[in-house]
Amino acid sequence: MSDRPIKVLIAKPGLDGHDRGAKVLARGLRDEGFEVIYTGLRQTPEMIVTAALQEDVDVVGLSILSGAHMTLLPKITAGLKAEGLDDVLVTAGGIIPDDDIAALKAAGIAAVFGPGTTIARVAEFIRANVRSRAGA
Amino acid sequence: MTGGVSEPARSQAAKRGRDLAERARAGERRPLARLLTEVEDRTPTGEAALRILYPLAGAAHLVGVTGAPGSGKSTLVAALVGEARRDGRRVAVLAIDPSSPITGGAILGDRVRMQAHAGDRDVFIRSMASRGHAGGLAAATVAAAAVFDAVGFPLVFIETVGTGQAEVEVAAIADTTVVVQAPEMGDEVQAIKAGLLEVADLVVVNKGDRPGAHRAAAQLRAMLTVGRQNDRVAAESGRPRPKRPDVLLATALSGEGVPELLAALDRREAARRAATDDGEVDATRLIRARAQLHGILGERVRARLAEPALEADTALLVRAVADHELDPYAAADRALDLLAGRSRVG
Repeated sequence: MSDRPIKVLIAKPGLDGHDRGAKVLARGLRDEGFEVIYTGLRQTPEMIVTAALQEDVDVVGLSILSGAHMTLLPKITAGLKAEGLDDVLVTAGGIIPDDDIAALKAAGIAAVFGPGTTIARVAEFIRANVRSRAGA
Repeated sequence: MTGGVSEPARSQAAKRGRDLAERARAGERRPLARLLTEVEDRTPTGEAALRILYPLAGAAHLVGVTGAPGSGKSTLVAALVGEARRDGRRVAVLAIDPSSPITGGAILGDRVRMQAHAGDRDVFIRSMASRGHAGGLAAATVAAAAVFDAVGFPLVFIETVGTGQAEVEVAAIADTTVVVQAPEMGDEVQAIKAGLLEVADLVVVNKGDRPGAHRAAAQLRAMLTVGRQNDRVAAESGRPRPKRPDVLLATALSGEGVPELLAALDRREAARRAATDDGEVDATRLIRARAQLHGILGERVRARLAEPALEADTALLVRAVADHELDPYAAADRALDLLAGRSRVG
């Protein structure tokens, strides 16, 4: 059905303990009419892949501040691919240096949203790039 | 023909539904997840799959877990899942959270408490937004539980939206209803109010390590178990009887009381099975069946009245009611006549 809400998983991989940003984004996307699954802090790549699989989400949004993004994010995209979830849109946000963005995009991260990105822009990007459900 | 779906689309949906159902039955997780989405979105594919799966369901114990926001439902469900995994049972969880009445968006946060099971391939957790359905559940909850049942999960937990005093729908769709209370949530008068506590098969006072927990359990026990002798009189006169739940104390976070709770759930299920094996009618499952039938009938009637052949006549009836030219009862009777007439012609 065309009017079904877009389902987004917001996850915090790795060891940093700050999820205010992730929660604010989750809440903002809720207000944009998305169904947002929030899984909490300190998620391993395996936990995130399992949640994305079981919840059949359209989008995985990864929030990371620890600096471990070059290790963790490619593991997550590889894990998603291994489970057949390569049609899921994966985005990242948090503290990610510009120099790393190209490598992350090559690893399957569709967009990187740095500090100051508006929720409206994130929502717009998701709406424009999310997979189409028909016949999926 | 139903619902204005074209013939090729219907046969494609049937084929895809069958494919998803077969692969989910074979234990594949992605098709199961997809199937739950189709069922949740109430698509023709989901319907086609359910037609195959429903006759294969019925063996699972469906446990409803309900209670106020913050009473510890998710943590308790996670602890129960862990306990059931100790003896190797596969477990499914359906966790419902509310949708915004304004934007339709939702925050589904129950997995936060259940992440200990994320690496376990025999545990399947699925969140569901209520999508405008009242009563603490989503419209597709029964159907999603039937999917888990049919693909071989013997134990399915259905965690409701955080409820108030009167969201009792879960009792109609679960075999066993657990009402979770936290200490200091009210006195004996709260315990005797009508509503949620009346539909409990088991009441759990969670956060048992908090001050006042034992007292709360004792008060609930005193208030909920009185009247057992009245039940006999009521039974003889055929009046409906409220349930008389056992009250258990547990601390979900430490696991204290959780083995006892799972054992109590298993005992109830064993008793239910023994009774139905003796030929007794399972009243709860009859209620569930009736609710499903009525729900689908309503949807079918609405869909047929929206079909091109009847759309205009239906709009005229609606207009007549809006203008107070026709009362809504008469309009409903005429709508039924329209449906009947069409089936004779068509």
